[in-house]
Amino acid sequence: MNNTIVSYFLQFEEVQTIVSKISEITGTNATALVTFVIFAVAAVVVLGALATVGGLGTYAERKISADLQMRQGPNRVGPYGILQFLADGVKMIMKEDIIPRNADKFTFNIAPLLCMIGVMATFAVLPFSSGFTMTDLDVGVFYLIGVSSLVGVGIFLGGYSSNSKWSMLGGMRGASQIISYEVPVTLSILTIVLLAGGMSFGTVISAQGAWPHQWFVLHNPFTMIAFVVLFIGILAETNRAPFDLPEAESELVSGYHTEFTGMRFGFFALAEYMEVFVVCGVVAALFLGGYNVPFGLGDGSFLIESLGVPAIHAKGVGQLFQVGSFVSKTLALYYVVIWIRWTLPRLRVDHLMTLCWKYLTPIALFNLVGCALWMFFFHGQSIWQLLGHLGGGHSGGGH
Amino acid sequence: MSNTNLDVYMPVIILMTLALVLVGGALLVAKFLRPSNPTELKQTEYECGELPTGVAWSNFNVRFYVVSLIFIVFDVEGALMFPLATIFKKYNEAGAGGVVLATFLLFIGILSVGVVYCWRKGDLDWVRSFQAPVKGKVPTQGVVNE
Repeated sequence: MNNTIVSYFLQFEEVQTIVSKISEITGTNATALVTFVIFAVAAVVVLGALATVGGLGTYAERKISADLQMRQGPNRVGPYGILQFLADGVKMIMKEDIIPRNADKFTFNIAPLLCMIGVMATFAVLPFSSGFTMTDLDVGVFYLIGVSSLVGVGIFLGGYSSNSKWSMLGGMRGASQIISYEVPVTLSILTIVLLAGGMSFGTVISAQGAWPHQWFVLHNPFTMIAFVVLFIGILAETNRAPFDLPEAESELVSGYHTEFTGMRFGFFALAEYMEVFVVCGVVAALFLGGYNVPFGLGDGSFLIESLGVPAIHAKGVGQLFQVGSFVSKTLALYYVVIWIRWTLPRLRVDHLMTLCWKYLTPIALFNLVGCALWMFFFHGQSIWQLLGHLGGGHSGGGH
Repeated sequence: MSNTNLDVYMPVIILMTLALVLVGGALLVAKFLRPSNPTELKQTEYECGELPTGVAWSNFNVRFYVVSLIFIVFDVEGALMFPLATIFKKYNEAGAGGVVLATFLLFIGILSVGVVYCWRKGDLDWVRSFQAPVKGKVPTQGVVNE
């Protein structure tokens, strides 16, 4: 069964009465209309939230880097400079739009658009909470790998269409890097699909628990390695330092977006920051338990049983707890991504390829075999369950 | 909702349309606000302040082509392994995991052979050494060109 945000809302009688009333007024079955309205509103909400997150990401990046380098960082626009990203946005809109005369106009125009489409299509499966997942596709993880590749196409086209040597080098590097690191990322995600027995985010998250020992990252030694491989892989997929070779400013001027000005450049930057949030969310969902909340706070059972709150309110509050759990895990990973950028120097192209093909890919393959064998021999039990059996059997024998 | 209901893919279309509207809208708004003073020099592509020589669409390092070829092999294999990985848990719980595991290992075996082959042929090295590797001696790399 597919869980969508619509099916979450339709479980409440109040919503169903609204649907039937609209059906009476219009004289047709309004379910499709209501479905569309709920999806559209949710899409706008998610887009607004994530565009803000993307904008705040640029602010956080500068503020954290300032913190790590004992500087002040932006502190003029708004309290603590928090409105800096709005000022940047206004500045970008006001900038002149320069398209190189020799550029390929059509591909030059659609390159930032492809980046934005690729990132925004991934929002559809991002699991904020059990109710507020826009649509929990059966092929969730697979879909995500697919559409996020559009960003790579956008980056390559951006570099290729500019007809500038710097852009060309950046675009080529970007394309080869993104497709190369997709291999270890895909193989690491496969280990999770193996463990969870499903590709949808709902299945993966409900196969984990709220506490760290129930998360897939601590399920067995192989998933621990898979987590590290996946995290390195997504850094490269999103062109974050130490893998920011496509835009390496010290060697390629600005890489694939050298020739892009104003809002066109802005969309590349926005897409990058939103993509970092999305992939951090994906890692949180796959390895760190996603939106699970302990003590039954998530499904509202704690509030209903202990405090006697009505079910509809308890469920709503539970959803908020789940969103909080998911977002806090994601933002923690976001911080680590920024932290890594300001800690590690950039790799060289051949080192980058060596790391991907000679280390990460064989390790990921080894992991996959290990995980499959673990599933087969230990019947999908985690290392803690096995230790529990051992300890239990041992002490039982001793007494 | 049943599995055949394609309503679940509606958000994908909505989000992609939203992206189109957002990008198009922002560029349209910017069109009325931004200055437009194109000059001959401004519209040349950047090449460190010099006038650009030739076009960028020229012959390029063939390494990128090899990498994308290797990637396609791996990606197709990866895509084919997803269904297997999905059903593995169910079969394992039913006691028939051995068959799926064997199929899975066969897939990974083929992939591993591919990795080893590419590695031996030197296709995973960014700078490929054309000299036959001497036994017991590490071939020097990166001396000739980038």
